[in-house]
Amino acid sequence: MGIIRTQDLVYEYVRRDEEGNVEGSIRAVEGVNLDIEPGDFIAILGHNGSGKSTLAKHMNAILCPTEGCIWVDGKDTREPSELWNIRQTAGMVFQNPDNQIIGQVVEEDVGFGPENMGVPTREIWERVEESLKAVGMYQYRKYSPNKLSGGQKQRVSIAGVLAMHPKCIILDEPTAMLDPNGRKEVIRAVRALNEVERLTVILITHYMEEIIHAGKVFVMDHGRIAMQGTPREIFSRVEELKALRLDVPQVTMLAYELKKRGIPLPDGILTTEELLKALGL
Amino acid sequence: MIRDITLGQYYQIDSVIHRLDPRVKLGGTLLFIISLFFFQNVWCYLLAALFLAVVIKLSRVPFKYIVKGMKAILFLLILTVIFNLFLTPGTPLVTFFGGKVRITEEGLKLAVFMAIRLAFLIIGSSIMTLTTTPNNLTDGMERLLRPLRVFRVPVHEGAMMMSIALRFIPILLEETDKIMKAQTARGADFESGNLIQRAKAMVPLLVPLIISAFRRANDLAMAMEARCYRGGENRTKMKPLIYRTEDYLAYFCVALYLGAGVFLGRL
Repeated sequence: MGIIRTQDLVYEYVRRDEEGNVEGSIRAVEGVNLDIEPGDFIAILGHNGSGKSTLAKHMNAILCPTEGCIWVDGKDTREPSELWNIRQTAGMVFQNPDNQIIGQVVEEDVGFGPENMGVPTREIWERVEESLKAVGMYQYRKYSPNKLSGGQKQRVSIAGVLAMHPKCIILDEPTAMLDPNGRKEVIRAVRALNEVERLTVILITHYMEEIIHAGKVFVMDHGRIAMQGTPREIFSRVEELKALRLDVPQVTMLAYELKKRGIPLPDGILTTEELLKALGL
Repeated sequence: MIRDITLGQYYQIDSVIHRLDPRVKLGGTLLFIISLFFFQNVWCYLLAALFLAVVIKLSRVPFKYIVKGMKAILFLLILTVIFNLFLTPGTPLVTFFGGKVRITEEGLKLAVFMAIRLAFLIIGSSIMTLTTTPNNLTDGMERLLRPLRVFRVPVHEGAMMMSIALRFIPILLEETDKIMKAQTARGADFESGNLIQRAKAMVPLLVPLIISAFRRANDLAMAMEARCYRGGENRTKMKPLIYRTEDYLAYFCVALYLGAGVFLGRL
């Protein structure tokens, strides 16, 4: 069984009026079946309101399914006694870097998770050091988070999750509030974790460029999984992506248009180098 | 202008004062503040000034940086001086408007002492917050107040709230600045008009600020839960508080200062 598995997962947001009567409900996640293997790099893609964040919150037991089931490392998230184990197994990084850093100094923030778990003091320090080194922020350990750039803050947040020794890390649009450089920094750190530490990564995003390195991509729309496959498979279906209001990377778009005009090119070109090679330049 | 408040802002540098146990700094600051209110003569104030000067020197925080934080309370300082100057009864020194308004000798003395007292108080507590990370500070407070848990006082929760509040002060200040600029760009006027008009002008500033604060609180609570936060039980410390020789020495220095104060107070 995979590290994260869902079966017909449904989540309903219930809207209430001022007296608390049910006015209506929105199905944010609708019958999602996922099976994620340990060590995978998964990307979940979707435009705003496609239910991708809601799905992510289930993987950390912040939300519990309305219907269906989700197992994290074989544990059912509805089991209250497993709650803290699940949150430790599946760490979560959120969108806004300012709203998830608790410590006033970088190292104190990274130590927050292990402190909550009751890890002995000496080991907390070891974990903080190794986590900060893993994301390349060790030299900033004594800094105030307010003095860091967005990308650096997000890397601190990732270190904060790493220090809890998770098996899986879920990143809920970690780059949405960053500039292009910060985005690259964060994605590079995440890839390194997946490749070096063999950590399972679930990256939720709406930036196409970030999913190129993923092993498998799920595209969500209206709470359902609309497409799935490798990045190359996904990007070769340009028309479908457009129908889902998603943009493909510029290179892929260029290759697609060139092909339509009769230039022989393979489907799903992902990088500039690939295109150059295919064109024989 | 808002960014000038240094109270609650940690100044990153390595010094003897920075390394002291927060309990020492908390206790020391408290005793220092209390001592200020008992001191009556010039000698005592000289002693307090000397004590502060030594601590500032040891803390390696630039004096300019500390003074910058004082600007925020300048208004309070002036108000206190004015009230003391004009409202203290005693032998008149100068009179205006045919004796209706007057400055008395006692008032002058009190105003000067009050101003010095307040200034010292702010500098003293600024040094504490500048040299101690808020986390450390609340740790110290949590530890000092721990006995109150017997009476079911939520000491850990209080300390946690405090440290979060401190962490978000600079973020919310920055946000205030941003909203202010955004509203100014759309024609809001924060500068002119009388006091009531200006207070009213704050509404378009405060509403978005409070909404955003709530949103942040919600996000933060979720992030804390995601990182296994479940209150103070079974929680270990990354930086446990342990007294070292320097800390006992610091206690001794504070005691020495208080002793000297009592001695000088009798002069």
